[in-house]
Amino acid sequence: MYRIAVLGDYDSIYGFATLGLETFPVSDPEDGAAMLRRLAEGAYGVIYITEALAAGLEKEISRYKTGITPAIIVIPGVSGNTGAGVSGVKKSVEQAVGSDILFSGN
Amino acid sequence: MANVVVNPTRMELTRLKKKLVTASRGHKLLKDKRDELMRQFLDLARENMELRLKVEAGIKAANTNFVIAKAGMSEQTLHTALMAPKQEVKLEVSDRNVMSVDIPVFNYRTKSADESDIYSYGFAFTSGDLDDAVKSLSDILPDMLKLAEIEKSCQLLAAEIEKTRRRVNALEHVIIPETKEGIKYISMKLDENERSTQVRLMKVKDMMLEDAHHYKEHRFEHANS
Repeated sequence: MYRIAVLGDYDSIYGFATLGLETFPVSDPEDGAAMLRRLAEGAYGVIYITEALAAGLEKEISRYKTGITPAIIVIPGVSGNTGAGVSGVKKSVEQAVGSDILFSGN
Repeated sequence: MANVVVNPTRMELTRLKKKLVTASRGHKLLKDKRDELMRQFLDLARENMELRLKVEAGIKAANTNFVIAKAGMSEQTLHTALMAPKQEVKLEVSDRNVMSVDIPVFNYRTKSADESDIYSYGFAFTSGDLDDAVKSLSDILPDMLKLAEIEKSCQLLAAEIEKTRRRVNALEHVIIPETKEGIKYISMKLDENERSTQVRLMKVKDMMLEDAHHYKEHRFEHANS
């Protein structure tokens, strides 16, 4: 049985606690990296992480890309949408096809 | 090819021919695998993008609601209200096999069956805006989980497609041509050897006949007489 974690700055994630997701407020990338490692090795199936924090943790995140769990999913934080999530989707299309043939128009 | 050393023997030729058959068969299979993976991936990627836009819009709206809620009450009250969550989400992870790639399937269960049982606070000290904010976030939770499932599947499929594509290309442009070249080289060499043996035998035969019958001397005598 897996649980779901939300990682990011406090203001962006405190709402998720009411839904029953576990929130782990961190602010700087170093703490984030340590926390992410701990969560990924624990029983968390999905880890939502704010764009702002994910930007500094690309290396850590890519380590968990090959397994089924955890799924590390980038979500926009309270400070606004940087487009990191959408570009992640585009990137995987690029990786598979060679160039972005689906969303290059928008 | 020139720098690869092949022994021009019949055994090596048989080995290379077998290798060519295996490689061609593998190439065909991998190509089929790549095509099917690609078909599935493109569908999934479209869905992924759709969901992502929807979830991002939802989270943005929820965040706005939370900011409004926060503005209407003191920080302490807000923290107290959200301190002890009522709801709990458990996730069941199973996997599905798509062309030998395991992709996850997430099923989630909430602790209490009532999905609207999300307000972890009494309504006396909090503003109605907070209720709206929590509700808006709760509405996008199913989509968020779906997004997690699909985005992870996309990543896994993309990695597998890349790997398969490389294998197909390596077979098509390196292994198969090299093997064909090797086969050609060996059969040429063997043919050449056979021809030279033939010629040598003819020559030896000529020499032996010459020894036995002295044709040359006879011809010489005929010419003189």
